[in-house]
Amino acid sequence: MNPRLLPLAATVMIFVIAYAVCYIQFPAMLSTRVAGNLLTDNAFLGIAAVGMTFVIISGGIDLSVGSVIAFTGVFIAVVLRDTSLHPLAVFAILLVLTTLFGAAMGMIIHVLRMPPFIVTLAGMFLARGLAYILSVDSVPISHPFYDWLQTLYWLLPGKGRLTLIGGLMLLVFAFGILLAHRTRFGANVIALGGGVQTARLMGVPVARTIVAIYALSGFLAGLSGIVFSLYTSAGYSLAAVGVELDAIAAVVIGGTLLTGGSGFVAGTLIGVLIMGLIQTYIIFDGTLSSWWTKIVIGALLLVFIVLQKGLLGLADRRRSLRASGGA
Amino acid sequence: MTVVSSQSQPLLAAVGLSKTFPGTRALDGVDFELRAGEVHALLGENGAGKSTLIKCLTGAYRRDGGDILLDGASIDPRDTQEAQRLGIGTVYQEVNLLPNLTVAENLLLGRQPRSFGLVSRRETNRTAREMLSRYGLAIDVARALDSYSVAIQQIVAIARAVSLSGKVLILDEPTASLDRDEVRMLFDVVSSLRAQGLGIVFISHFLDQVFDISDRITVLRNGKLVGVREAATLDRTQLINMMLGRELSEETRDRGRGGFDYAQAPRIAFAGTGRAGVIAPFDLSIHRGEVVGMAGLLGSGRTETAELMFAAAPRDGGTVTKDGTPLKLASPRDAIAAGFGFSPEDRKTSGIIGDMSVRENIVLALQARQGWMRPVRLSRQREMADDYIRRLGIRTPDAEKPIGQLSGGNQQKALLARWLATNPEFLILDEPTRGIDVGAHAEIIRMIEELCASGMSLLVISSELDELVTYSHRVVVVRDRVHVAELIGEEITTDSIVAAIAKPSPVQEAGT
Amino acid sequence: MNGTLARFARRIAPQLITLAVVVAMIGIVFPGFFDISIANGRLYGSPVDILNRGAPVALLAIGMTLVIATGGIDLSVGAVMAICGAIAATLIVEGYSLPATLALSLGAGLLCGLWNGILVAVLGIQPIVATLILMVAGRGIAQLVTEGMIRTFSHDGFASLGSGNLLWLPTPVVIWICAGILATLIVRRTALGMLIEAVGINRRASMLAGVNARLLLVTVYMVSGLCAAMAGIIVTADIRGADANNAGLFLELDAILAVVVGGTSLLGGHFSLIASLIGAMIIQAINTGILVAGFPPEFNLVIKACIVLAILVLQSPALQGAAILFSRAKGQP
Repeated sequence: MNPRLLPLAATVMIFVIAYAVCYIQFPAMLSTRVAGNLLTDNAFLGIAAVGMTFVIISGGIDLSVGSVIAFTGVFIAVVLRDTSLHPLAVFAILLVLTTLFGAAMGMIIHVLRMPPFIVTLAGMFLARGLAYILSVDSVPISHPFYDWLQTLYWLLPGKGRLTLIGGLMLLVFAFGILLAHRTRFGANVIALGGGVQTARLMGVPVARTIVAIYALSGFLAGLSGIVFSLYTSAGYSLAAVGVELDAIAAVVIGGTLLTGGSGFVAGTLIGVLIMGLIQTYIIFDGTLSSWWTKIVIGALLLVFIVLQKGLLGLADRRRSLRASGGA
Repeated sequence: MTVVSSQSQPLLAAVGLSKTFPGTRALDGVDFELRAGEVHALLGENGAGKSTLIKCLTGAYRRDGGDILLDGASIDPRDTQEAQRLGIGTVYQEVNLLPNLTVAENLLLGRQPRSFGLVSRRETNRTAREMLSRYGLAIDVARALDSYSVAIQQIVAIARAVSLSGKVLILDEPTASLDRDEVRMLFDVVSSLRAQGLGIVFISHFLDQVFDISDRITVLRNGKLVGVREAATLDRTQLINMMLGRELSEETRDRGRGGFDYAQAPRIAFAGTGRAGVIAPFDLSIHRGEVVGMAGLLGSGRTETAELMFAAAPRDGGTVTKDGTPLKLASPRDAIAAGFGFSPEDRKTSGIIGDMSVRENIVLALQARQGWMRPVRLSRQREMADDYIRRLGIRTPDAEKPIGQLSGGNQQKALLARWLATNPEFLILDEPTRGIDVGAHAEIIRMIEELCASGMSLLVISSELDELVTYSHRVVVVRDRVHVAELIGEEITTDSIVAAIAKPSPVQEAGT
Repeated sequence: MNGTLARFARRIAPQLITLAVVVAMIGIVFPGFFDISIANGRLYGSPVDILNRGAPVALLAIGMTLVIATGGIDLSVGAVMAICGAIAATLIVEGYSLPATLALSLGAGLLCGLWNGILVAVLGIQPIVATLILMVAGRGIAQLVTEGMIRTFSHDGFASLGSGNLLWLPTPVVIWICAGILATLIVRRTALGMLIEAVGINRRASMLAGVNARLLLVTVYMVSGLCAAMAGIIVTADIRGADANNAGLFLELDAILAVVVGGTSLLGGHFSLIASLIGAMIIQAINTGILVAGFPPEFNLVIKACIVLAILVLQSPALQGAAILFSRAKGQP
C-alpha cells in the first residue's frame, strides 16, 4: 500500500474500532439518531476544518477561524437586530467580508513573507476584537427565516435526523474533496506543501494560490459561523474559543501532514467524527468528565504525529540508503 | 525528427559569458557551444564555474557580460520558466520535482487534462503513461513520485523538461545517486533523445560515465574556459590534467619534506574505519607535525572520510587510538575533547554561524568545549579575536562584524581561527582554499605550513594538486569511495597523483 | 565596556520608545495615570498596576524568548500554567506545606518542558507541532487534577504570592523582575546565551563546533516550562483558586507577541530578554491604557492586532530585503 495512505487508514481503523467499542457498551449508539446528532453537533467544526485542511496541506496554518466564527455570529445577530435585511442578504455580505479577510491574510503572508502563524494570530485578535466592538453581550437571533431553517431536516430511516447544517457540512466536504483532489487548484495547493521554491519552478502561480487558500479558509470559517449561529440561535463574541485548535487536531487526526504536502479532506471528516464520538461516548457514559475529551485528543495527536514522523523518517532512510549505495 | 543542422550554426552558444559576485569572478569570458544531436559534457571541480554557467543559460542568473545565442538568435531569459519556454530545460541532481505529488501530476502540473471543469484523473494518468512510454518506462503513474527510485524520478524529470522545452536539455549531475544499472537506463534515455536531435549538456564528476556518453567535453577551471575536446580523442590523464590544473607544478616542488621521520609512533591512528555505502573501511595514521593530503575527485569519498574521522557521521566499527590509547568517538564533542578540529567543506551551512560576529565565531568551539558554565570572559574573547584577526590577516573592520558579511577567504580564516583557539592536536581541513581569492589562498597555505612546523597534525583535503604537493608529507588518494593509494615523500608529484586518480576503476560493483 | 552598553541601548531603544509613546498617550488621555500613592505599605497607581498585571506574560516571555532564540516556539505555556496552578491549588488544599507545594508545582512545569524538549530535540518533531500536543491535552490534564471544579483555597501564605506586597511592590512584580534579572544574568554571564543563539542560527555548524545542541534545546523548553509554572502559581495565588479552563488562556499568544515586539526574530538567533520584558509591558500598558483611558475594553484586541500588524510590516524579511537592495546596488549569488 502507498505509505501516504497509512495515516488515513489508521484514522479509519481507529474510528471503526472506537465506534465498535461504543456499540458494545451502548448499543443505542449505533442508530441513525446518534449518527444524525453527531453530524449536527459537529457541523460548524467540520466546515471550518475543511478550510484548515487546505491551509495545512499547503504548509501553512490559520489561527483565525475560531474568532471569525464568533465575529460571524455577532455580525449576523447585530445586523438582523438593527436592520430589516433578509438573512440571506446578510449571509452574502458576511461571506464576502470573511473571504476578503482571509485573502488579506494570504496577501500579507505572501507579500511580506511572514510566517502564517503570526499573521493569522494577528487576524485572530482582529476578528475577535471586531466581534467585541459589535457587541460584548450575547445577542439572540430571532427571525422567522432562521426558525424555518432550523426546522429543516431529512428524516433518516430509524428516526434519525439529518439536519440542514449536518447536510451542509457533508456538502462542504464533498466540495472540498473535489476541490482538493480533482482540480488544478487542489494540485497546486499540494504542490506548495511539497516546497514553495520547487512549486514556483514548476510553474505553480504561488501568489494567487496562497491568497486563494486563505480566502477559502476565510470563506469556510464564515460559513461555519453561519452554521454555528443556526446551531446556537445567538451571536456571542466569546463563542467558539479554541475552535481553530479543534480544527487543527481534526485535520491531523485525519491523516494530513501538519508539515504540509499531503492530506485528505475525507480524512478530516473522520477526524471530526472521531472527536465527536469521544464526546458522545462521554455523554452516554455519564460518569466520565468532559476533560477526558481533550486528553484523548491530545493522545491521538501524539500518536499521529509520531506515526507521521516515523513514516517520513522511514522514507528518508530509504532514500539516503539508495543515494549512498550507488555509484 | 530534427535533422542535425549545419555544423556552423550551433544550437546553443555562449560567447564571452561573464558573471561576477561580490568578491569572486565566477565566470570570466567563457565560450561554450552545443550542437543539436550531441551530448556535451561540462567538467570542472567545485568552483570552476559549471553551475554558474548553467544558471546563466537557464535564466536562474542574469549574465553580466557576453551573449547567449539560441538557434543563432540572442536570448536573455529572465527566469527558468522563460528559458523553458524558449526551449532550454534542466534536470538537477536533487530532482526538482515535488516528491509528494503523483508521477502524473508532476509531469502535467498546471496543464492537467480536464473534463467538465474537473481534472480528469484517468486522462491525466493516460497522458502521463504515454509520455513515459516513449522513455521505455511503464510504471504506475498514480503513485507518489517518492515511492520510486531516484533513477525513475530523474527520467520523469527529463520527460517533463523535454515536453516543456524540447531543444536543449541540461542534466546537472543526474547520476550522482544512481547505481550502475540505473545509470545504464538513464543513458539509454539520453541516447534516444540525442538521436531525436536534442542538444544535451551533461555534467558529472564520474569520468567513466563522461567518456561513456559524451561526444564532446568542455572543461572549466576557476571561471575560465580550459578547452573543448572530442571525447574520442581524449584520455583520462589529459582530462584530469585539464580539470585540476598544474601550471605551477612542472617540476616536483619538493620543499624538503621527503625526509619525514616515520620511525616515531603515530599520534592518531584509525583502523578499520568505514561506513557501508559511504566509504570502504580504511586505516590511516597521522604523526606529530605531519601534513597528510587527501586527493580525489569530487564525490570520491574525501569529505565522507573527514566526517567519519571527526565523528560527524556514524561509522561501522573500527578503532581510533591517540598515542596508543583507544578513543571513544561518538560525536563531534568527543572528537573535540580529544583534541580534534574540523573545518568542513561547506562553509555556509556547516561552518560559519552567519548572523554572529567574527569574535563569537572564533570563540565558539573553545566555548563549547569549556561548557556554558565557564564562559570565556568578554575581554579575553576580544583579545583572542583581535589577535587572530591580526595573525591570520582577516580583513574585517572589527571583530563585531557578522561573519556572514565577510568574503569567503576571510570566513575561512576565521573558521581556522576558531579551531586554532582550541589549540588542537589534529586538525582536519576540507577544501580550505576553495572559492577564495589568490592572496588569501597563499596565506592559508602559509598557515598550514606553520601549524605543521609547530607540531600539529593535519589532514588537508584539496582539489588543488599543486597545493597538496607543496605542503603534504604524504598524500592519500581516494577513488570511488575507497582509499586506493598512499604516496610518501618523493613520490608526491602532481603527475603521480593524477595517475592514481585516473587509473581506470576496476570492474565497478553494482551499488547495493 | 562602553561599546557593549551603547549596543545594548541601541538594541532596546525601539522597545523603550514604543513603551514611552504608549505611556505618554495614556497620560494625555487620562491625566491621572501617573498618580502613585503609598498605602498599606505598598505603592498604588496605574503604572504599578501595569507591572503587576503584566507579571504572567512577562514570566512566560522569559522562557519563550529562549525557545524562540533556538528557532522554536512553545505553544503549550498557557496549558502548562493551568496544570501547575491546578497542582498548586490542589496540594495546598490537601494540606501540603507551602515549600512542598511550590517545589512540586515547579517540578511539574519542568516535567512539561522536558516532554516538549524530548519531542523536539530527540524525536526531531517540529516545535510548533510538538508543543501543540501539550497545548491541547494540557487543559484536560489540569481539569483532571482539579476534577473539573474551580479549586479554591484559603492559605494566606500562598495567596500572598499573588496579592501580597514585598518591598512596597506587589509580590508578582518582584517575582518577575527577579526572574528576569536572574535569567539575564545566567544567559549573559555564562556562555548559555551565545550557545543558544549559535544553535538558533545554524544548528549543524554549531554541532560541528562541539555545541551540545540537543541538551541545549531540552534545557530551553524546561526553562519555558518552569517560567510557565511560576506564572501559573502567581495567577492561582492571585485569585485564590485554580481555574483549569481559563488560567493562562491565550497567554501563549501574548507571550509570543511580547517576544516578537521585543525584536527577537521568530526564525531564531539573537535575542534580548530585557527587550522581551519591555515588550510584555508594552502589551500590558496597551491593555491597561485602553481601560483607564475610558475606551471600552472591546477595542483592546483590535488595537493589539493593528500593533502586531505594524510591527510585522516593519520586521518583514521582504521589507528588509528591499532595504538591502537599496543599500547594495549589485546583486548577490
